[in-house]
Amino acid sequence: MYKILTKKELNPTVTLMDIEAPLVARKAQPGQFIILRVDENGERIPLTVAGTNTETGAVTIIFQIVGATTALLNHKEVGEYISDFVGPLGRPTKVEGLKKVCVVGGGVGCAIALPVARKLHEVGCEVHSVVGFRSKDIVILEDEFKACSDKMVMMTDDGTYGTKGLVTEALEKLIQEGNEYDEVIAIGPVIMMKFVCAVTKKYNIKTVISMNPIMIDGTGMCGGCRLTVGGETKFACVDGPEFDGHQVDFDEAMSRGAMYKPFERHAYEETCNLFQKEVQ
Amino acid sequence: MANMSLEKNKMPEQDPNVRNKNFKEVALGYTAEQAMDEAKRCLNCKKSPCVNGCPVNVKIPQFIAKVAEGDFEGAYQVISEDSSLPAVCGRVCPQENQCEKYCVRGVKGEPVGIGRLERFVADYHRENNTEAPVKPEANGHKVAIVGAGPAGLTCAGDLARLGYDVTIYEALHLAGGVLVYGIPEFRLPKAIVQEEVNNLIAMGVKVETNMVIGRVLSIDELMEDEGFEAVFIGSGAGLPRFMNIPGENLKGVYSANEFLTRTNLMKAYRDDSTTPIMQAKNVAVVGGGNVAMDAARCAKRLGAENVYIVYRRSEEELPARREEVEHAKEEGIIFKLLNNPVEILPVETDNRDQMGFVAGMKCVEMELGEADASGRRRPVVKAGSEFVLDVDCVIMAIGTSPNPLIRNTTEGLVTNNHGCIVTNGEDGLTSRPGVYAGGDAVTGAATVILAMGAGKSAAAAIDKYIKEK
Repeated sequence: MYKILTKKELNPTVTLMDIEAPLVARKAQPGQFIILRVDENGERIPLTVAGTNTETGAVTIIFQIVGATTALLNHKEVGEYISDFVGPLGRPTKVEGLKKVCVVGGGVGCAIALPVARKLHEVGCEVHSVVGFRSKDIVILEDEFKACSDKMVMMTDDGTYGTKGLVTEALEKLIQEGNEYDEVIAIGPVIMMKFVCAVTKKYNIKTVISMNPIMIDGTGMCGGCRLTVGGETKFACVDGPEFDGHQVDFDEAMSRGAMYKPFERHAYEETCNLFQKEVQ
Repeated sequence: MANMSLEKNKMPEQDPNVRNKNFKEVALGYTAEQAMDEAKRCLNCKKSPCVNGCPVNVKIPQFIAKVAEGDFEGAYQVISEDSSLPAVCGRVCPQENQCEKYCVRGVKGEPVGIGRLERFVADYHRENNTEAPVKPEANGHKVAIVGAGPAGLTCAGDLARLGYDVTIYEALHLAGGVLVYGIPEFRLPKAIVQEEVNNLIAMGVKVETNMVIGRVLSIDELMEDEGFEAVFIGSGAGLPRFMNIPGENLKGVYSANEFLTRTNLMKAYRDDSTTPIMQAKNVAVVGGGNVAMDAARCAKRLGAENVYIVYRRSEEELPARREEVEHAKEEGIIFKLLNNPVEILPVETDNRDQMGFVAGMKCVEMELGEADASGRRRPVVKAGSEFVLDVDCVIMAIGTSPNPLIRNTTEGLVTNNHGCIVTNGEDGLTSRPGVYAGGDAVTGAATVILAMGAGKSAAAAIDKYIKEK
């Protein structure tokens, strides 16, 4: 059993939690993920590590409430326990030798992009961040990004905060202004990563993206997280989760990600109904 | 007076048309009378060739003699001197290729039903025994086991009996390995596996779940920081293989591992489960081994109308146990033998909700040519035989390879070009002193009992290594 140490609502649908898992905290690196189960009969869901604290043994996770399991997790309070928490899984982000990088985060993907930006900043790399949200009311981690970026650009789809537009527009502008990046690291919705890659391909800038597909075990056993990279089948859990974005078949990944949509929608509604009944 | 019947006592089973709709155990087990009658078929022959046919050398004639006397608990004690998991072995061992293959009674007629008797004895013990296992006196030495599958559980049990302080590290949230994620409930009820694990815990074995060795702790850290004097690696062969044919990443194509894990470990078959699984109408399972049979029978039970086994060789070469093939046939699984898939076809549609799902599987017919390196006749494509099998789900059950995590994170651990850990043979010593390995991690995908045999030999070797240190 793993104790919830802190819980913070970052916006109405995104929550931050610190989970007590000292062994994981000791080893986890930016770019790696964990798998958790909320309770005895729960499903296993992967979440990227958003931070660690080796002193308190805490591992930070940030999740969007999108389905039954995340709704259930969000229902847990500080001091309560979740039944399983395993990690760190996947390969860490490679930061060695990078001098100037643009980190692009979209929506809740910013939670995963942040530790990468921090790590780059720590090793002395010049970091530009482009973070995008649908609207002002769901902006998260703005101060944290500012603290580890040499330059930060805030974008919103509706223009209620920062600059109106997509992250790809801001990225292209930075490139056109003469910024020469060793690498672009893009983390967010698959569709966003696809279009970031379309931009960077034009300018021939190496681009690393982080996949978050459906998976069960996270150790290479089920093969559910497979995707096509450079014409070959790769497993996001053991070969990734980060890949060369110019090699990834994003359309296939998007299609696979939607496999259980009707099931998930149904399970989510049932869970919400259950909580409403409890309240009544 | 020996029972000279040429046939085994039949074991009662659920009716095929009832059981193919539920996940309850297929075989129901002998009654005490049936067991005693079957036990009397054993001639208690001096040479007892059956014992050599058993990878863990259970004293078969002795336990059967106890059954014949009606001393079922006594029989259990005899078995447990050599086997840690009798209730499991009695169900999933391929006895026809092991103990029963060498039974003298099998020369004329059927061999003694050794597996059925073992199962009966183990079940009797579980249902009637009230005494907790005795916790052996501690000898002060610590051993770590990586993987709580059949190899690891056996190795742990044997070492615990010798007084070792044993910790098993398991990557999943539940101990049991393939016994819980792979083999379905209707062949091996999970309560039985849990009981065996509980017995180990009662003997003092610690089971740490959610521990991916190679990530959270390395083998070196186990030995240097955690104070383990020896490590046994029984991490299995978990990485699924695919055919590398077009369409394999469509929605509705599963590895057998994923399909079985969703169904068994994550309990997708239960109404109260939160695990999604495709509600397929027509399912093709590619492969002919026990895993393929398990996947096909699960798919049928989950409600598929037509379930096909697609295998490129003929019936004779099916690697699955005969009993499993027969059970599958009785339950209505359709065997498409000498057929091989070449492409999985997507649904042709403009409807976004249906795009990317499976619409069919293009196959070719095969015929058997010359024998290949394995001694089996090589299947060759029959010209112009292409056809499309109407399926909406495909399950690939064509084998697995060992997980690379441990070999990639353990310096000096020698593996072969299949990724299997190389050992010095019998006792499982690897290229690293104090590090032993066994089961599928060494052999590639094999059987539960072979893994148990390897776990047992390694336990003996580890004991010798530590005592002589």
